Amino acid sequence: MNPHNKSIEELKDIAAQVRRDIVRMVHAVNSGHPGGSLGCTDYFVSLYFKIMNYSTDFNMDGKGEDLFFLSNGHISPVWYSTLARAGFFDVAELATFRKLNSRLQGHPATEEGLPGIRVASGSLGQGLSVATGAAQIKKLNGDNNLVYVLMGDGEVEEGQVWEAAMYAAHHKVDNLIATIDLNGQQIDGSTDEVMSLGSLRAKFEAFGWTVLEADGNNFETLIPGLEQAKAETGKGKPVMLLMHTEMGYGVDFMMGSHKWHGVAPNDEQLEIALQQLMVKHASDY
Amino acid sequence: MKDFPYTEKKDTRSGFGAGLLELGRTNPNVVGLCADLTGSLKMDAFQKEFPERFFQVGIAEANMIGLAAGMTIGGKIPFTGTFANFSTGRVYDQIRQSVAYSGKNVKICASHAGLTLGEDGATHQILEDIGMMRMLPHMTVINPCDFNQTKAATIAIAGHEGPVYLRFGRPTVPNFTPADQKFEIGKAVMLNEGTDVSIFATGHLVWKAILAGHILAEKGINAEIINIHTIKPIDAEAILKSAAKTGCVVTAEEHNRFGGLGDAVAQVLVANNPVPQEFVAVNDTFGESGTPDQLMEKYGLTENDIVAAVERVISRKNK
Repeated sequence: MNPHNKSIEELKDIAAQVRRDIVRMVHAVNSGHPGGSLGCTDYFVSLYFKIMNYSTDFNMDGKGEDLFFLSNGHISPVWYSTLARAGFFDVAELATFRKLNSRLQGHPATEEGLPGIRVASGSLGQGLSVATGAAQIKKLNGDNNLVYVLMGDGEVEEGQVWEAAMYAAHHKVDNLIATIDLNGQQIDGSTDEVMSLGSLRAKFEAFGWTVLEADGNNFETLIPGLEQAKAETGKGKPVMLLMHTEMGYGVDFMMGSHKWHGVAPNDEQLEIALQQLMVKHASDY
Repeated sequence: MKDFPYTEKKDTRSGFGAGLLELGRTNPNVVGLCADLTGSLKMDAFQKEFPERFFQVGIAEANMIGLAAGMTIGGKIPFTGTFANFSTGRVYDQIRQSVAYSGKNVKICASHAGLTLGEDGATHQILEDIGMMRMLPHMTVINPCDFNQTKAATIAIAGHEGPVYLRFGRPTVPNFTPADQKFEIGKAVMLNEGTDVSIFATGHLVWKAILAGHILAEKGINAEIINIHTIKPIDAEAILKSAAKTGCVVTAEEHNRFGGLGDAVAQVLVANNPVPQEFVAVNDTFGESGTPDQLMEKYGLTENDIVAAVERVISRKNK
C-alpha cells in the first residue's frame, strides 16, 4: 500500500508545493539543478503519493516494500522535497540543502544517513546496475515488491547503462521498472546536438525489455503509465518507461531549454516562479 | 631463524575459492558475482553448489560493482570476482561512489594481482591496486600470503561489515600458514622474532622474506619477519613495537613502490619513530610478459633483493 494514496487533484497540489520547494532550495544557495527537478516532479509525486508500496519508517534493507533509486542524482532537490513532504523527515530540513553539515548533500548520499536514500548517486550511469542488483535480491529473498529507478536521457550515453540493460534482460529481472526522463536536454545543449540518442524504444526493445511511454508532466497519463508498467512486471522482462517531460516544467521561463540545468534563479526570478506555482494551501518550509 | 615447513605449494586464488565454498555452506547471505572468469577465480565450486546465489555478469565489470552494491540492500553479502586490474582501475569510480561512499558491504575479490600472472603482460598485471583501494575512505585492504591464509581471510571478511578489497594471485606458493588459523583483520602476524632489522612483507613477498631470513641468518643477521596481511587498517602497534626493537625496516610487496605497503608503513614510522626504511617494490614501472620467476627477478622482488635491502638499511642505521 502507498501510505498516502492521493487523488489526482491532490497530486497536482502536492506537485506545485514540491516545485515551490525546488526553486526556493536552489535559490537559497544559488546552486543546484532546478530544470530536471521541475521536469520530474510529477513522477516523484506519483511514486511517493500514489504508486509505490513503502513505509516512511526507513530502513536500508527495505524488505517487504518497493524501492526507488535515483541514478541522475543531480536532480536531488525534487527527491529531497518529495521525501520530506511524504514524511521521511521534517520539511524544515530542506533549508539545509547544499549547506555545510547538512544531510541534504548536493547529490544524494548515504554518508550522513538521510532517510529514504539507499545509495549515493551523481556520477552518472550507475543506478540501473544498483537497482538491478537490489531487484535480484528481492527475488532471492522471496519479496514480491518492485524496484524503481530513474535515469536521465543524457545519462544513457554512459556505457554502464547498456551493460546493465543487457544483464537485466538476460537474467529476466522482471521486478524492475526503469524510467528514463526524456527531456531532450543535457548540459552542453540538446541531446540531438550533443549525442544523438536515436530511438531508445528500439534500443531497449532490442536489448529484450518491455518498453512503454508516457507523458511525464500530466498525471492523467503518467499514473496510468506507471500502473501499466506495474502490470507488465512478472512477465520475464525488465520494464522501461520512456517518460516525456519538459525541463523546467511549471516555470515558464525555465521550460524548453538546457540553460536551467544547473543554474539557480535570482531574487526576481524566484518571485515570478513562485507566482506561477500556486498551491491551494501553501506550506513553504 | 625459524623453519616454516610445508607439504605443498598452492595458489592463493584456490584459497579464495575454498573459502567462498565454505561460506556458501555456512552463511546463506553470501552471494557471488563473476565477470566471465569463474574458472580463473576458482568460483566454479560455489557456482555449482549454489547456482541460485551465483550471478554471471559477463564481461561487464562496472555493472558487476553496481549490482553488488544493490545486492547488499536486502541483507546479502556480495563477493565479486575478476582479475585485480579489472577489479580496481577499471571500476574505480563505481567502487568509489556505489560501494565505498555508500558504505556498502561488498567484498571485492581480485585474483592475478601483481606481476606473477606472468605471460599475459602489463595489461593484466596491476601494481597500483593496493594504492587505489587504500585511498578510499571506508575500504579495508587485505593481501594474504598463501592458500590457507587466503581461505581464512575470505571467511573472515564475510563477518566484517563494510567494503573490503581482497587481493590474491595465480602462482603456486608454499602453503605454510596453519590450516586452522584465525584470521584477524588488521592484525599483523609475527613469523620470526629478531633484533637487527624488521622485514614487513605482504602477499607473495612473505615467503620471499622467509627465504631472505635464512640467507641473512647465515650472514649473522637476525631478522624479525612480520606478515602484514592487512594493509588498511595497518597494524601500527606491531610496526612500532618491532621498529623500536630493531631500529630499521624493510618493506616488501608485489606492487609499485608508490601507494602500497611501503607507503603505509612509512606513514606510521615518520609520525612516531622515523627509523631508516628501504623499499622492496616495483620501481614505478609497468610489468611485461615473462614467467613469474623471471619477472620477479627482473623487477627486483626476490629474496636476494630483500637481503640487499636489509644490508643497505642496516648500514644506514649504523651511520
